[in-house]
Amino acid sequence: MSYESLQILWFVLIAVLWIGFYFLEGFDFGVGMLLPFLSKKDEERRAIINTIGPVWDGNEVWLLTAGGATFAAFPHWYASMFSGFYLAMFLLLVGLILRGISFEYRSKDAAPAWRKRFDWMIAIGSFMSALLLGTVFANLARGVPIDEKMMFTGNLFTLLNPYGLLGGLTTTAVFLLHGANFLALKLEGELRERVNLFAKKLWIGASVLYLVLGVFTYASGFWARGIIDPGVIPIAAVAALLVAGYFINQKMEGWAFIMVAANIVLTQVTFFSMTFPNLMLSTTDPAYSLTIYNASASQYALGVTSISALIFLPLILAYQGWTYYTFRKRISTDKKTLVY
Amino acid sequence: MNPILLSRLQFGFTTLYHWLFVPLTLGMVWYVAFFQTRYYQTKDETWHKMTKFWGKLFLINFAIGVVTGIIQEFQFGMNWSEYSRYVGDIIGAPLAIEALMAFFLESTFLGIWIFGEGRVSEKVHLASIWLAAIGSTLSALWILLANGFMQAPPANSFIFNPVNGRLELVNFFALIWNLKGWILFWHTISDGVAMAAFLILAVSAYHIARKQNLEFFKHSFNVAAVSGLVAGVMIFLGGHTMGQYMAEVQPMKLAAIEAIWETEQPASFSLLTIGDLSGKQEVWSFRIPYAMSFLACNNFTCEVKGVKELQANYEQQFGPGDYIPLMVVTYWTFRIMMAFGMVMILITAFFVWANLRGDITKTRWMKWVPWLLILPYLANASGWILTEMGRQPWIIYGLLRVEDAVSPNLTPTDLLISLIGFAAIYLALAVSMIYLMKKYATAGPDAAMHESVDVAPAMVGSQD
Ligand code: HDD
Ligand code: HEM
Ligand code: HEM
Repeated sequence: MSYESLQILWFVLIAVLWIGFYFLEGFDFGVGMLLPFLSKKDEERRAIINTIGPVWDGNEVWLLTAGGATFAAFPHWYASMFSGFYLAMFLLLVGLILRGISFEYRSKDAAPAWRKRFDWMIAIGSFMSALLLGTVFANLARGVPIDEKMMFTGNLFTLLNPYGLLGGLTTTAVFLLHGANFLALKLEGELRERVNLFAKKLWIGASVLYLVLGVFTYASGFWARGIIDPGVIPIAAVAALLVAGYFINQKMEGWAFIMVAANIVLTQVTFFSMTFPNLMLSTTDPAYSLTIYNASASQYALGVTSISALIFLPLILAYQGWTYYTFRKRISTDKKTLVY
Repeated sequence: MNPILLSRLQFGFTTLYHWLFVPLTLGMVWYVAFFQTRYYQTKDETWHKMTKFWGKLFLINFAIGVVTGIIQEFQFGMNWSEYSRYVGDIIGAPLAIEALMAFFLESTFLGIWIFGEGRVSEKVHLASIWLAAIGSTLSALWILLANGFMQAPPANSFIFNPVNGRLELVNFFALIWNLKGWILFWHTISDGVAMAAFLILAVSAYHIARKQNLEFFKHSFNVAAVSGLVAGVMIFLGGHTMGQYMAEVQPMKLAAIEAIWETEQPASFSLLTIGDLSGKQEVWSFRIPYAMSFLACNNFTCEVKGVKELQANYEQQFGPGDYIPLMVVTYWTFRIMMAFGMVMILITAFFVWANLRGDITKTRWMKWVPWLLILPYLANASGWILTEMGRQPWIIYGLLRVEDAVSPNLTPTDLLISLIGFAAIYLALAVSMIYLMKKYATAGPDAAMHESVDVAPAMVGSQD
């Protein structure tokens, strides 16, 4: 393959990894944030955790792989983004540690104080992660100060601009909704009723935020600064989110889940097509932007990683899909059926 | 505060911490897979209990490996941006492949293993622990190949591209056939098995000394003693090979771990050398003649280059600078690791012998065995400190210096926030992990068979 097509291929593959991550870990984050608010009893909390118990770690590997693939395919992007967004990344990592350890440890001791502490760590960790990811991506769409040496010249507060924060909040709200829909699919009985009520309220919040973000993006010209016009994709994303409200009201949980999932996927597609072929837009001078051309690895290295990705990605999709199939049954709060 | 120093401190501390837990995972997962396989074959309840009990301890440890690993994946970019730009073309590939090939496999199938008992068939359940074990081992291989490149970059695997000023991969197979990486892998995997063996020995001895569940723990003890001995010998062979290969690819590191100042032929092995406080001058030394020549090249009379000559060579080749690693550190970490390694071999050999000779449950030394757990942990940490600090000032041996690799935009404040933040969280992690480990280890196998709520038998059912 030509050098340029490899660069484009890797842009697409990294987009796929992020989309996979947003779709999968999106509901994990949502479930995590909802945990303390949805449940009244310990069994209920355990049931909620059981819905994502077998899969959350596998879902998180999508993020690790996105990171690793960025390192391999676009070393400059990896270097500029992770060093530039240093404190944001640090906080994201803190969030991920808090929730990751809590899933595994919260049920290993029966003391209510122990469990409560870890339950809150799951919620806070999930919230931090969602908020920061949203903020980071919104800033990537908006553009950040980058100098001629590809170095980010701002600090944490550069990222905390209104648009960035709006992106963070919107992502959090959509993930909450996504998590609620997932729970509605996976739980039964009273909990399921309760989560359906939550979903209705969350849908309103998520939709409002999402629309504001969309208008902001359009009005401030962050739209299509690359060479692709996302066209109808964002419109389809909005439509999916709005239609989800109908399905939530009708208690058609499967469809509601699919619609919000579609919204998440289409939003990410929009994001990546808005920026292509830029990876990090420089607000200092557009000429300093990182693009798939000036930030990529060599043709040979891209070839090597392409081959391994093309071998392993289908396998991963197959066995992760199989995992979801294996654990497809609804989870009840019956103690005998719960896994601790 | 110096940002380079802070970044080094943070990377070293977080990696070392990650690496306290990972080897145990690497070894333990194979023990659990073995126990479960035996259970599958024999349907003997003891093997089942062993799977469950040691599996619980494995999982408690594993969780820390996972959450601290995520940080590793991002730290190259966060703290070493110039390194990432300079070698991303090469190091990126093994890291991406590690994630695609190993992390997915490990995390997905471990999920199935934990939650799948009774939901998937026994065969699938058994297969899932094997796949998780293969995944962990592969992840170690890829990360060590990446590290192997930093220690000893194979000359035919890369070129320097003068246009963009970075290294570029030209031969992937040369990258993965890097002997350094494979020796690291051999040494590290056997280290993992030894660590798991010592954990099993320690916990078993605790119960044997208290006369609890004697059959179960005697059985575990014996499996661990034999495999620990094998692993100890493998560690030794790997370590010896590593030392010899080091003479070839990192002569300065070798001279530094042996405190050889002047080039010697034949070279003596230092049993004890006292340096001055800078760690860069010798004050007093006791040496065994010829021994170092033998260790370095299996030949009693070969030449081993000394630090001073190497320093002069490096200055000529790379310009003025200090090419000598901190010798107090390299020298002592090497001795700790080696001494502990020898002790571990002797002790496991003794256990095997004692078991052949009579009933180990009646011995009086049993109650001291748990303390031995410290040996593999210290040896392991020392080994890595030696490996990583021994390559100073290089981050990639002979190609890139640490000071040119650090992210230039980070302020001491940024670094202090993250360093203190990680330190605090890691401390809390350690506290909860040690608490749980102790609790499950001392509760014994019957408690581990209860899937629900809590292990301490007295507390089962006391929830809500
Ligand atoms: C339980 C742990 C343990 C034990 C008992 C030993 N080692 Fe080790 N050693 C390690 C654990 C370790 C390690 C932490 O895992 C290292 C760091 C890098 C590596 O691959 O293994 C290491 C590195 C390491 C190195 C440095 C390689 C480098 O800098 O590139 C040498 C020369 C040796 N070992 C040699 C030995 C010898 C001769 C031993 C005698 C028995 C020995 N080790 C026991
Ligand atoms: C898991 C075992 C490892 C341990 C315990 C370990 C330990 C350390 C320590 C203590 C340092 C600080 C050295 C100093 O600054 O003087 C360090 C630095 C570093 N290590 Fe490792 N390391 C390990 C594996 C790896 C691997 C697998 C890689 C790469 C793939 C790696 C890459 C680095 C880098 C980039 C630095 C920073 C630069 C430097 O100070 O040399 N390490 N490591
Ligand atoms: C000798 C060095 C290292 C080896 C052999 C190693 C191996 C492993 C293994 C076997 C795991 C699985 C979890 C566990 O065992 O507890 C793990 C976790 C992880 N390691 Fe390390 N590691 C090393 C150092 C590093 C470094 C330097 C990085 C940075 C790239 C890294 C990245 C990760 C990540 C991201 C995870 C989490 C994977 C998950 O969620 O399943 N590791 N590592």
